[in-house]
Amino acid sequence: MTVEGDSGAKIRPYTVNFGPQHPAAHGVLRLVLEMDGEVVERADPHIGLLHRGTEKLIEYKTYLQAVPYFDRLDYMAPMCQEHAYALAVEKLLGVTVPLRGQYIRVLYAEITRILNHLLNVTTFALDVGATTPSLWAFEQRELLFEFYERASGARMHCAYFRPGGVAQDLPAGLADDIWAWTEQFPKFMEELAGLLDENRIFKQRTVDIGVVNRDDALAWGFTGPMLRASGVPWDLRKAQPYDVYDKVDFDVPTGTTGDCFARYLVRMEEMRQSIRIMRQCLTDMPKVGPVKSTDHKVSPPPRAEMKRSMEALIHHFKLYTEGYHVPAGETYSAVESVKGEFAVYLVSDGTNKPYRCHIRSPGYVHLQALELMSKGHMLADVVSIIGATDIVFGEIDR
Amino acid sequence: MALPTLRDLGEYLGQLDPDVAGYEVINGELVVRARRGAITRVLSFLRDDANCQFAQLVDLCGVDYPEREERLEVVYNLLSLKHNQRIRVKVTTDEDTPVPSVSGIFPSATWFEREAWDLCGIFFSDHPDLRRILTDYGFDGHPLRKDFPLTGYTEVRYDEVQKRVIYEPVKLQQDFRVFDFLSPWEGMTTVQLPGDEKADQDDGEGRAAQ
Repeated sequence: MTVEGDSGAKIRPYTVNFGPQHPAAHGVLRLVLEMDGEVVERADPHIGLLHRGTEKLIEYKTYLQAVPYFDRLDYMAPMCQEHAYALAVEKLLGVTVPLRGQYIRVLYAEITRILNHLLNVTTFALDVGATTPSLWAFEQRELLFEFYERASGARMHCAYFRPGGVAQDLPAGLADDIWAWTEQFPKFMEELAGLLDENRIFKQRTVDIGVVNRDDALAWGFTGPMLRASGVPWDLRKAQPYDVYDKVDFDVPTGTTGDCFARYLVRMEEMRQSIRIMRQCLTDMPKVGPVKSTDHKVSPPPRAEMKRSMEALIHHFKLYTEGYHVPAGETYSAVESVKGEFAVYLVSDGTNKPYRCHIRSPGYVHLQALELMSKGHMLADVVSIIGATDIVFGEIDR
Repeated sequence: MALPTLRDLGEYLGQLDPDVAGYEVINGELVVRARRGAITRVLSFLRDDANCQFAQLVDLCGVDYPEREERLEVVYNLLSLKHNQRIRVKVTTDEDTPVPSVSGIFPSATWFEREAWDLCGIFFSDHPDLRRILTDYGFDGHPLRKDFPLTGYTEVRYDEVQKRVIYEPVKLQQDFRVFDFLSPWEGMTTVQLPGDEKADQDDGEGRAAQ
């Protein structure tokens, strides 16, 4: 293909190889861009550089052993993904989670949402030239990672939500510390918004960039903040509530313009709503009670009981060798993960290992529309679009 | 509440379209089986009909059942924002028969179909760009088929002499260890031990022996 240049000379469009090692690619994205001067004509993302064969590996593990793989998909939102998997297995098993366990899950799913949005919003700002927000936000993220660690023992790859409930109860005093954190966080949000909301450079880089209208957003399978920024009030936490999301009160923010700035605003408001949900969870949560299913065919018995009861010892041994058998069947279980609809299509054949576990990740779908969003924009705008799309390669490449 | 509406929807589809082979409700989710050749018609009906309005194709994946006559299955998951409803449509195919691509109806299917081709080896006809997507450049085989080994066939390393990355057949220091923890007393579904057949026999009083 050739293009007529200004001087009359025939020039071929430039092909720019963006990534796979580029700080603004948010991971190992190799983007082949065909440029007419500085304008993008075609964007062809080459993905799969982080492909680890998660779906195949899960087929060779028992249901419980498959849990940690979900932390390593979207490593910015580990718990939301465990949530989808836990719900899928629980649905096939017919197990219900005790109320306290459900509240803890929702509490931690919202902590996860704030963790992810803090990272995304601020690194997005970093990509377009604002350094300060990311320095500030990482301090808050570190505090949240401490809550992760105190509950599960790990800062990132927690394996905390398990089929049947959560791995262990919150330690004493943690709920109070989370409450104290929620009291200081709105002030931080004000400061963060003060840096970006009216920032002239930030707005120049994001307003009217990568606009996706309502119909395109639906047709291209957008979910989560990307869909809401295009003006569709759709949130699985409201529409198809799971765990205790039907018991908490929150609003679903939507954007009107569908551009990168609207995506930023939606994420900022979602963080404020997450604080509301967390505070409701902390006040409404039963103060004592089981946090995982009391059916010891599925969830392990307490350690103390194992030392005295033969039955409990057998349960423990069977759970950690053979695992549990899941009745034959299939389910598509979706949660409103931080980036959109994260779902697990789980097929069971009645044995102790999944027959097929397909992972529907929102980032995969959003990245597909990169060409739609970046066509006709400048090369520098592609960076804004990638930043606002919130892509993480762990979940895209799986 | 959800179940009757799903059944109604299944009935509605069954009556209206001869291309739909049947439906069932599994775990409160509606699953519709469609004829392979009619999948584009079924999906555009589901998207456009006022009683369906499944505006989003949220997921598409392939599943491999080697023991079946048509071993591969394509699973479409659709979402109706209008009616807050989900539906799953399935078609079957084998290694050689192409499935009509639905990327013309739902642009979101483009990459999902590339993935199904890459990982399961399902061929889609009329697809605009059916390249591999997740596996390596020049990869051979379809990893999510059940007859593909977990370890794969090749491994890569950087060769200091040739100054480039080279591909070699997989060499394992020890075999991949499969721990078969399946108890022979419960939950076995495929293997039958001597004496098991008596459990299913009629004991002459009209009931199976326990």
